[in-house]
Amino acid sequence: MVATSPSSSAAKTEAGHGIFKPYETKAYFDEMLASDGSIRPHYQRFLEHFSDLKPEEFEAKRHAVDMAFLRQGITFNVYGDAQGTERVFPFDLMPRIIPSAEWEHLEKGLIQRITALNMFLHDIYHEQHILKDGTIPAHYVLSAKHFRREFVNFEVPKNIYIHICGTDIIRDAKGQYLVLEDNGRCPSGVSYVLENRRALKRTYSDNFEAMGVRSVEHYPTELHKLLEYVAPAGVSEPNVVLLTPGAYNSAYFEHTYLARQMGIEIVEGRDLLVRDQRVYMRTTKGLRQVHVIYRRIDDDFLDPTVFRKDSALGVPGLVGAYRAGNVSLANSIGTGVADDKVIYYFVPKMIKYYLGEDPIIPNVPTYLANEEADRKYIVEHINELVVKAANEAGGYGMLMGPHSTAAECDEFRKRVLAEPRNYIAQPVVSLSRHPTYCDSQFGGRHIDLRPFILYGEKPVIIPGGLTRVALRAGSLVVNSSQGGGSKDSWVLHGDK
Amino acid sequence: MLSRVANSLYWMSRYVERAENTARLVDVNLQLMLDASKLDDKAIAGYWAPILQSSGDDEFFDKLYPKVTGRNVTEFLVFQADNSNSILSSITQARENARTVRDQITAELWEELNRLYLFLNSPKARSMWRQSPFEFFQEIRSSSLLLQGLTDATVVRNEGWSFAQAGRYIERADKTSRLLDVRHASLAPGYTTTQTDALGWSAVLRSCSAWDGYKALHGGQVEPKLVAEYLLLSEDFPRSVRFCVQQLNTSLRRISGVAEGRFSNDAERLCGRLHAELQFSTAEEILARGLHDYIDELQGKLNAIGEALFQTYILQHFALQQEDEIRQQEEQQQQ
Repeated sequence: MVATSPSSSAAKTEAGHGIFKPYETKAYFDEMLASDGSIRPHYQRFLEHFSDLKPEEFEAKRHAVDMAFLRQGITFNVYGDAQGTERVFPFDLMPRIIPSAEWEHLEKGLIQRITALNMFLHDIYHEQHILKDGTIPAHYVLSAKHFRREFVNFEVPKNIYIHICGTDIIRDAKGQYLVLEDNGRCPSGVSYVLENRRALKRTYSDNFEAMGVRSVEHYPTELHKLLEYVAPAGVSEPNVVLLTPGAYNSAYFEHTYLARQMGIEIVEGRDLLVRDQRVYMRTTKGLRQVHVIYRRIDDDFLDPTVFRKDSALGVPGLVGAYRAGNVSLANSIGTGVADDKVIYYFVPKMIKYYLGEDPIIPNVPTYLANEEADRKYIVEHINELVVKAANEAGGYGMLMGPHSTAAECDEFRKRVLAEPRNYIAQPVVSLSRHPTYCDSQFGGRHIDLRPFILYGEKPVIIPGGLTRVALRAGSLVVNSSQGGGSKDSWVLHGDK
Repeated sequence: MLSRVANSLYWMSRYVERAENTARLVDVNLQLMLDASKLDDKAIAGYWAPILQSSGDDEFFDKLYPKVTGRNVTEFLVFQADNSNSILSSITQARENARTVRDQITAELWEELNRLYLFLNSPKARSMWRQSPFEFFQEIRSSSLLLQGLTDATVVRNEGWSFAQAGRYIERADKTSRLLDVRHASLAPGYTTTQTDALGWSAVLRSCSAWDGYKALHGGQVEPKLVAEYLLLSEDFPRSVRFCVQQLNTSLRRISGVAEGRFSNDAERLCGRLHAELQFSTAEEILARGLHDYIDELQGKLNAIGEALFQTYILQHFALQQEDEIRQQEEQQQQ
């Protein structure tokens, strides 16, 4: 698969009515419009209702939702802004709709993947069969930035490493679902899933129930159940808390939101202290023991006596308490190795190795710069590829070959050759598009999907996930920091 | 309840109360000036100088502005971001505290506070302030009252609520005393009350929403001594210093569970003592001592209660931290 140029296909569309007018799908896979311009079956029911809206009604609804988000403080902080600007995450009122059969396929694939990832993490922190067999070259794991050798042979509670996973899924030009990356450390975005749904329920309150959309409301309950499930043995009523980096973190709204929904305390590092390998929180009535920590800070910052010494966010002694089995962490320490983009390459092999199955949702084809043949290919074709650093996120440390200058390509060529272990490359996938309201009309915009997987007593995935959309025409970058927005994702009870 | 959370709830409601009282103070002075016969620069400065003094920020004002004018003083008290007691700063800090305890307060409360914050930061606020100051201050007061109503109607009566109440009443006691202090000069022994003074005293009553209550008790005649008595010592007027201290006392006891007449920490001891003093004081005694001195001392006592509350519930748990670090490092040395 090589870079796709959006050559115009003859997808002339039937005349629309109301505010939505079909547009040319070009060479992309459009979620709503088939290549002949017809509406896909699972969008028809929504569009029937939606088309009745007059443009001014639609504008009024858009305005109402924006104001509601601002009033409720559903905003993210823009870093490096002296004014402390908070922005509303742009939200599109046209939902992304997934028919039941497609969702079942995704759900099976995601459960298969998280199961294999947890088996992999157990394995590499214990016997390391998969490395000894040579299925994954040992040096890739041992050199991974987030591999925590301190935790080899440590038994994590209930043998679960990744409790909460946000897996990014995209669709290619043929409409095939592919996994773009796994986020097994502190994935964020689930609060938007829940708030987007509330917003759309209000917006389409007249006939929302007629749309046949599966509910997402049980996420906080399921998360709370999961956190209680992993409590240290013998604790019948565990004190569960959410550990936040603080009010200036860009995901702070989400932290307070989840804590409130679960009815647990949200704490900062300075609210906790460790005595005799037990974690306590400082309350007005003295110290109270904490049993489970849903931590939203990275491994590196958890405990200045073990990891980064300059961490002011962490709790001195926390790792010792964790090792002693007096407190449980979700996610466990050391899961970041599975987020390494080099390790990502091996996930299909893990699935085969541990489960004896073929991957249900394939990976995006990936070249490892550390392998000689791949490296040669990357260097020669760099202007056709997306090159990514193995341990960066949020669109950083990345080269979009086709959109870059010769100098930028040269720079990345040098980096790849200097540190081949830290780079991978992928062909540019022309993400699927979705009708999105921009500049007073609907146009096709590229989207992805981040479902949230809870892995406790049994895996639970709330139907759908966060659909992120690149609001700039032609852009493939969906990150909120770079002009991305979001949509509500509807999984239908049926296929229409 | 986490100490940090208790602290944030306490300050959230203190800052809201502070903003409301600043709005009251400025608004009443604006109204008062409508009745003034001649308004030259000197007369205007005479109206505003006591307001600045009562806020305690007069020196800071002089650094920022060349001249005491209505425009400068209201700008300073309302929108000046560098003035940590301005309405804008107070609401910003209230919201910042609320944001860090977003999970502890109700959605209704948060949304209203956030709305007020967004309003104050919008161009609309400044244009409303310029074109119709009364409407502007009414908006601030209404919002603050709405926040109190929402707190009463939606917040669970737990420990957090008691901390929020404590913050609200300690601030209100302080601010009522400051509003009264603005007119203390005309209560000095040997001073003869003029027509302008009478207007000034009724303005003080109105700024505390005390006009109706006072009238019902004493009739339409505004007697400075009676005004001072009402605002300091009334048992049942909800903005009087005595009432506020009594509420503060109740909140402190709800937090600790210690009965009236006893104490388990300095905050309770100091607050109980101040309450008793207010219960058994008379206006004559207070005026004989000098109103301004009395109010000064009162504010000192309120500060001491606030400090003791912080020491008891918030700070002590944090002070442990350093000790722990040392201890932990010592433990590591042994291994």
